[in-house]
Amino acid sequence: MSDPTEPRGDASAGGDLDPDVAIEEPGAIAPDPAPSRGAPSKPVDDDVPPPSKWHTMLRQIATGNALISVLSVVLALLVGAIMIAFTDERVQETAGYFFARPGDMLFAVWDSVAGAYTALFQGSVYNFRRDTFAAGIRPLTETLTFATPLIAGGLGVALAFRVGMFNIGGRGQMLIAASIAGWIGFAVDLPWGLHMLVALIGGLVGGAIWAAIAGVLKARTGAHEVIVTIMLNYVAFYLVSWMLRTPGLLQAPGSSNPKTPAMKDSAIFPGLLDWLAPGYNLHFGFVIALAATVLVWWILSRSSLGFKFRAVGINPNAARVAGINVKGMYVYAMLISGALLGLAGVNQVLGTVTTGFTAGIDAGIGFDAITVALLGRSTPWGTFAAGILFGAFKAGGFSMQAAEGVPIEIVLVVQSLIVLFIAAPPLVRTIFGLPDPSAKPKRRKSAKEVAK
Amino acid sequence: MKLELRGITKRFGSLVANDHIDLTVEAGEIHALLGENGAGKSTLMNVLYGLYQADDGEVLLDDEVQHFAGPGDAMAAGIGMVHQHFMLIPVFTVAENVMLGNESTKALGRLDLAAARAKVAEISSRFGFHVDPDTLVEDLPVGVQQRVEIIKALSRDARVLVFDEPTAVLTPQETDELMGMMRQLKESGTSIVFITHKLREVREVADRITVIRLGKVVGEAAPTASNAELASLMVGRAVELTVQKQEPTLGDDALVVEHLTVVDPIGQLVVNDVGFTVRRGEILAVAGVQGNGQTELTEALLGLQHRVQGSIMLDGTELIGERVRTVLESGVGFVPEDRNEDGLVGEFTIAENLMLDRSEAPPFVRFGNLQRGALADFARKMVEEFDIRTQGIDEYVQNLSGGNQQKVVLARELSRDLRLLVAAQPTRGVDVGSIEFIHKRIVAARDAGVPVVVVSTELDEVAALADRIMVMYRGRIVGIVPGDTPRDVLGLMMAGETPAEGAAA
Repeated sequence: MSDPTEPRGDASAGGDLDPDVAIEEPGAIAPDPAPSRGAPSKPVDDDVPPPSKWHTMLRQIATGNALISVLSVVLALLVGAIMIAFTDERVQETAGYFFARPGDMLFAVWDSVAGAYTALFQGSVYNFRRDTFAAGIRPLTETLTFATPLIAGGLGVALAFRVGMFNIGGRGQMLIAASIAGWIGFAVDLPWGLHMLVALIGGLVGGAIWAAIAGVLKARTGAHEVIVTIMLNYVAFYLVSWMLRTPGLLQAPGSSNPKTPAMKDSAIFPGLLDWLAPGYNLHFGFVIALAATVLVWWILSRSSLGFKFRAVGINPNAARVAGINVKGMYVYAMLISGALLGLAGVNQVLGTVTTGFTAGIDAGIGFDAITVALLGRSTPWGTFAAGILFGAFKAGGFSMQAAEGVPIEIVLVVQSLIVLFIAAPPLVRTIFGLPDPSAKPKRRKSAKEVAK
Repeated sequence: MKLELRGITKRFGSLVANDHIDLTVEAGEIHALLGENGAGKSTLMNVLYGLYQADDGEVLLDDEVQHFAGPGDAMAAGIGMVHQHFMLIPVFTVAENVMLGNESTKALGRLDLAAARAKVAEISSRFGFHVDPDTLVEDLPVGVQQRVEIIKALSRDARVLVFDEPTAVLTPQETDELMGMMRQLKESGTSIVFITHKLREVREVADRITVIRLGKVVGEAAPTASNAELASLMVGRAVELTVQKQEPTLGDDALVVEHLTVVDPIGQLVVNDVGFTVRRGEILAVAGVQGNGQTELTEALLGLQHRVQGSIMLDGTELIGERVRTVLESGVGFVPEDRNEDGLVGEFTIAENLMLDRSEAPPFVRFGNLQRGALADFARKMVEEFDIRTQGIDEYVQNLSGGNQQKVVLARELSRDLRLLVAAQPTRGVDVGSIEFIHKRIVAARDAGVPVVVVSTELDEVAALADRIMVMYRGRIVGIVPGDTPRDVLGLMMAGETPAEGAAA
């Protein structure tokens, strides 16, 4: 017999790789007659790393229940209200003589908070001060415009979450997608419609490939996708920056600025409401984002691929034992995730900023998408709703600043607080006096054992 | 020391885990606490150990009411616990482990290791434990590690010792040694609470037996009670402990394994040159203490291990080198050892788990679309046929009891067209009632002509199912013997001793 320690090269592609060296002494293993969930005792094999605590925690944060999401938003708005009051000059003034006339300060607090949130509403949903319905509803269309890339990107992050991966590389994937779509958009001549389609597909492919690098590295070597995607963000940023400074690549001819020329009309997403009145920014990208939501819903809930995705996301070991190609799922998931983030990038250059873009075209959407996916609990429609909420924050934040002088940073703080509360469900439950849901399945389980 | 629990009640929400439990353990008595998984034994002991506060009732030691705020108080009062999972630090020596949590120090905070060593030596010699205080715990066999746990408890002057399922990890010989130690401790006046669900051990060592079911004391029994009596007390109905099975109708050689070698990721030989044959309609039981290569052997059969050499022929087809999917599709059914880890997706419904290894092709998938109707019909049929107790097919599998979870796994595997069934620890963590059912289904598969490989560390299960028994030790086959081989012979084989007579069967 030949040397048994030599790995069988043909047994598997990953046979010669050794990502996690699991040390366990035979004979010293205490078998568990009633194995507890969530405490993996042994790696079955070197192929699939066992779900770590981090993995379990991430999944809980990313896929918890909707109630916590809603309550987190409420809480964040409450804390935001406190900050609005604190930063308001009138409140600060009246606080000086609070004990003499407390009513003044309370009124000032009410005035500032109510004013700010009214402005937020009017800037994001409907402005009652406008004469016509068409003009009054314009803020909502702005909200949807801001929401479009957030929905697309959020779907990408959410899908990766469901397969147990954390795609932080949204920025890089958006930049690559934007560059490819943008280049096709300004440098290629194609008929109307086809041009747009080719640019869109080019961008999606770019984003998909950029994300798939992380997926392939994870599948082949076990490299953690968080590290890889973060680093790929830098690579993409400097790559795109360089291309933007290099004539003949992305830089506009005859310009010395790191900026591209404007997109050709044939590649630009058509506006959806141009027939209503000029000045509406909502464009075809929103329809694509809506279609993407339906597609992701179908993939996750109705397709065989999504079944395997979810199995791998919850329990990669069981998936592997059931003959599911776990490594393959990692790669496919990253491809789709990257394509969705790519859609966000394409949306930016062909829809929102069509006059040429710089390396800041991602506008932080790649990271906001993580927040959106978290708030949406990694479900397609939850992400869709969360994207619209964040779009509303963006649209309303400006009018809040303009109308009431509330610093726009408050909106960012509120967004951050939402994430903070979502990541700490016990905190939210304590504040609202909710029962701990983790006690519930246990109780049900035991109750059923008892019932037998 | 006399231990008395009076009317202990512990509720978790609407569930009453312990319902007015009374238990008296006299000084120098071995009192067995017998009950199925989930009957409330562990809750009761956690109340005793101060980990839970009882909602009602009191704990008395030598007729004095105790109030334990935590395990520290319980230990100080003289209660020691030998946990099922050892609470030892592998890279510490025996003496260091024993003093851990109770360190005595000399000037400037230096550890007084000498005192700890002396203590270990003293206790060890008093009870004939043969434990060297300076050995690293990781170098000790499991049985000796358990002794370290006992010494640890005794070093804190424990006079009530609680053993929580202590024999789960031991060979039959080690179990016998443990029984001996328990008797010795008893002679010296220590009271012992022995928690278990293994009937044989209880009858062997206990002075009195208290049976708990559904959080209530359902009866006391003398050690002279028969297995059947004890089992029916535990389950609440008469239970068939032995599986009714006919003589096997043997067919051709179906599974032929030759020179199978598996190397783990750190280069150790975990399965060493193993060869055996299973015929159609035959159950080969693989016996052995946990961690002697059985796990890796079953994983190799399914294609889950990659550093594999040798040959696994199923009906003339080589399985080594094939992907898991191919192996499954060629008709291998697999019940993994740890169903939560490898067999089920906890946050999937029963229906989804039933199609887990059939996510590629009809009937459950057509053109990439899940066939939810077909799946629901199938799931309802399986729930019916396998008597899975559940609210419905859309219930999460993680909410089911261990026995019902295992039935889901079994239903999934047995509903395929099988040419080989590999079942690892098919009844681990499963209640007695379900064990009976699962055994019957496995025997039924055999009678339908499927070759079956069952891996079990429980000799009862091996004896109940096996047509032939293969014993593994340190990755090697010690011998393959007939199914009716006596326990003591098997026990010796599990410790690595080759049987005296011819090993062929």
